[in-house]
Amino acid sequence: MFDLLSQIFTDYTLRNVALGAAILGGVGGVLGSFATLRRQSLLGDVLAHAALPGICLAFLLSGSKVPLVLLVGGGLAGWAAALLMLTVLRYTRLPEDSALGVMLSSFFGFGIALLTFIQHSSDANQAGLDKFIFGQAATIVAADVVTMAVLGGLALALVALLYKEFKLLSFDPEYLSSLGYPTRGLGTLLTSLTVVAVMIGLQTVGVVLMAAMLIAPAAAARQWTDRLGKMVLLAAAFGASSGVIGAVLSASRENLPTGPLVVLTASVIVVVSLFFAPLRGLVWQWVREARNRKRIRLERILLDAHVLHNHGELSPQTLALRRRTSLPVALNELKQLEAQGWTKQENGRWLLAPAGHERAHRLEQEMRGLPRLEARGVVSPTAEKDGAL
Amino acid sequence: MSADLVIILTAVLVSTASALVGTFLVLRRMALMSDAISHAVLPGIVLAFWLSGGERATLPALLGAAAAGLATVTLVEWLTRTGRVKNDAAIGIVFPALFSLGVLAVSFYFRNVHLDLDAVLYGEIAYAPFNILSVGGRELGPESLWIMGTLTLLNLVFVLVFYKELKLSTFDTGLAAALGFMPGVLHYLLMSLVSITAVGAFQSVGAILIVAFIIIPPATAYLLTQRLPLMIALAVGIGAVSSVLGYLFAILLDASIAGMMATVAGVLFGLALLFSPLQGLVTQAIRRSRQRQEVAARLLVSHLAHHDRPVPISEVQEEFGWNPRFLQRVQEVALRAGWVQLEGTSLRVKAERIAKNL
Repeated sequence: MFDLLSQIFTDYTLRNVALGAAILGGVGGVLGSFATLRRQSLLGDVLAHAALPGICLAFLLSGSKVPLVLLVGGGLAGWAAALLMLTVLRYTRLPEDSALGVMLSSFFGFGIALLTFIQHSSDANQAGLDKFIFGQAATIVAADVVTMAVLGGLALALVALLYKEFKLLSFDPEYLSSLGYPTRGLGTLLTSLTVVAVMIGLQTVGVVLMAAMLIAPAAAARQWTDRLGKMVLLAAAFGASSGVIGAVLSASRENLPTGPLVVLTASVIVVVSLFFAPLRGLVWQWVREARNRKRIRLERILLDAHVLHNHGELSPQTLALRRRTSLPVALNELKQLEAQGWTKQENGRWLLAPAGHERAHRLEQEMRGLPRLEARGVVSPTAEKDGAL
Repeated sequence: MSADLVIILTAVLVSTASALVGTFLVLRRMALMSDAISHAVLPGIVLAFWLSGGERATLPALLGAAAAGLATVTLVEWLTRTGRVKNDAAIGIVFPALFSLGVLAVSFYFRNVHLDLDAVLYGEIAYAPFNILSVGGRELGPESLWIMGTLTLLNLVFVLVFYKELKLSTFDTGLAAALGFMPGVLHYLLMSLVSITAVGAFQSVGAILIVAFIIIPPATAYLLTQRLPLMIALAVGIGAVSSVLGYLFAILLDASIAGMMATVAGVLFGLALLFSPLQGLVTQAIRRSRQRQEVAARLLVSHLAHHDRPVPISEVQEEFGWNPRFLQRVQEVALRAGWVQLEGTSLRVKAERIAKNL
C-alpha cells in the first residue's frame, strides 16, 4: 500500500489516473452538492448517459479522436437532453422521474446504436470509443489531465464567483427571483456546470457510473454538517479522496477497472457517513432510541412502585401482582430501580429512596399537568426537555 | 422459424412484458426504480453465476437477479425512510454501487467466461435464434421465446387479476389501504415482477436498455391518453412498433438491435410530445392560436354590431390594430361561422346575430 502511495509521485500512468480521478471527484462533489440540494441528483445520471451519442456524433462528424473534441460533443448532447427534459416538464403532465427515464434511455440507446454503427463500419481508427461507457482511466495522459484541470478550474471559479446566488437558488429560488435575479438563467448555468463535471468524468468513470460521482460525495458530506459552505468543501474532499483511493486500488492488481473502484470507494464513504456521522449518524440515532425506550420503561416501573409504596407495601410480590409479571421479573425490576438510586432495601424490605420519590412525584405532576397545560396551548418545559433527551 | 422472426418476436415479447409493468411504474412515479433494478441485476447474475459454478444456467440467474432487484428496492426504500437522503439521491447511491460491484466481479473473475460487458450493454438478441431450449433431448424452440413468453404471460395475468387493486392503489394509496387491499404487498409484487422482467430481458437487450422498454412506451402512452386501459394498450402497441421498426433500422444500418429499438421508442416519444392530441406541443400551439382567432372574431362581431352600416375593413384594422394577416384569418373565421357578411370591402354583422346578442 505504501509502495503504491509513493508510486503516485513516480509512476506516470498512476499519477495521471489519480490526478484525473481527484479532479473529477472534487468538481463532482462541489456541483453534486448543489444538484442534490435542488433535488436534481438524477439529472446528472441523465446528462452522463446522454453524453454517449454526443461523443459518437462528434467522432463521426470530425473524424478525430482528440478527447477534448469528443468531450465537447458529449457535453453538448447532455445539455440538449437536459433542455429537452425541461421542455417536457414545462409543457406536459408527465412526471419528472418518467421524463428523466425517457431521456436517459433513449439517448443512451441512440448512443449504443451509433457506437455499434461506428464499430461495424470499416473505419479503422474507431476502436476505443466504448471506453467512455465504463471509463478507461489507464488511457489518460498528461494532456488529458491538463484539459480536466482547466475545465474543472473554470467550473469551480464560476461556482466561487456565484456562490451566494447558487446558495439562494438551492434553498429559496422564489426569494432569489424576487430579488430580481434571473432564476431560470442561473439554474441553466448550474446545470451547464454539471455538464462540465460530467465531461471531466467521461474518461475516468464513464457515462454509466458518472451519476455516483455527483451524488455520493454530496450525500456523504450532507451527513456531517448543516452548513452549505462546509458541505461543499467536504464533498470536494470526499470526492477527491475517493478518486485517489480508487485509482491506487485499481493499480494494486491487474484487471481491476478504475471507475467502479472509485465509485465503490465513494459508496463506502457514504455508508460510513450515514452510520457514524456525528448528530445525523444512524448508529447514534439507534443508541438514542434505545436509551429513551429504557428510560420510559424504568419510569413506568417507578410509577407503579410509587403507588405501591404510598398505598400499601412495596415488595417483589406486590409489584409482580400489579404489573402482572412473575416474581423473578419483578425482583429484577426493583433491582434495576435500585441501580438508578430510586429504591433501596432496609432490613429486607423495599423502600422508595428520596430520589425515587422526587422523580415519581415529578412524573405524576407532569402526567397530570400535561393535558391541562396542553389544552391551554402551553407545553410543559420539563416534558419537552425530557423528550429531547 | 426464421431467425428474423424469432428476434422480432422476442423483442415484441420483451416490450410487451415491460410495458405491462412499466405503465404502473410511470403512474406511481417510480419509473427510475426500474433504472436502479436493471443495474442491480448485473451483480445478481454474477452472484448466481458464481454460486452455480460458472455454468450459464438460466433459472439460478433469474432467481439471483430477481433477488438483487428486490434487495435494491428494499435498500432504496430503507435509505429514503431514514430521512438522511432524499429518494432520488438514494437511487443514485444504491445502483452505481451495486453496478460497480457487478462490473468489478465480471472483469475480475469472469474474464474468459461467456459473460462479457458487451452482452451487459447491448444484449444478445441477435443470438436469440441460436439458443435452443431442449428438454429431455427434444428441441422446443428458442429459449428466449420461452422465457419472455412466460414472463409476458405472468405480467399479463398479474395485471388482469389485480387490475382493480392496482388501479386503486396507484391512484389512491390511502383509500386502497383503508379498504384493506394491502398496497404494500401489491407494491412488492409489482417490484418483483419488474425485477424478473428485467432479468429475463437482460439477456435480450442488456442491462441498461431494459429501462428504455419499461419507461418510454408507457410514458409515450401517458402523453396520448388519460384512461388507464387505453394507456396500457397503447404502451404495448408502441413497444411492439418500436421493436419491429428498431429491428429493421438496425439491419439497415448494421447497428445494435436493442440500441436501435430504444432509439425508435425515443423518436416515437418525440412525435407524441409534438403531436399528442392532448398535450402535444404543436397541438397546444395550434389550439392556442385558434382560440385567439375565435376570441378576436367575437370581438369583431360585437364591434360591428354597434354600427348600422357596413364597416370598411380598413376601419376595422385601424380600430383594433391587428396585422393584416391576422385580420384576414379573423375575418374568415367570422364569415365561416356566419356571424358577418362581406359587402364589397366592408363587413356587416348579420341581423339574426345581433338579435342573439352574441
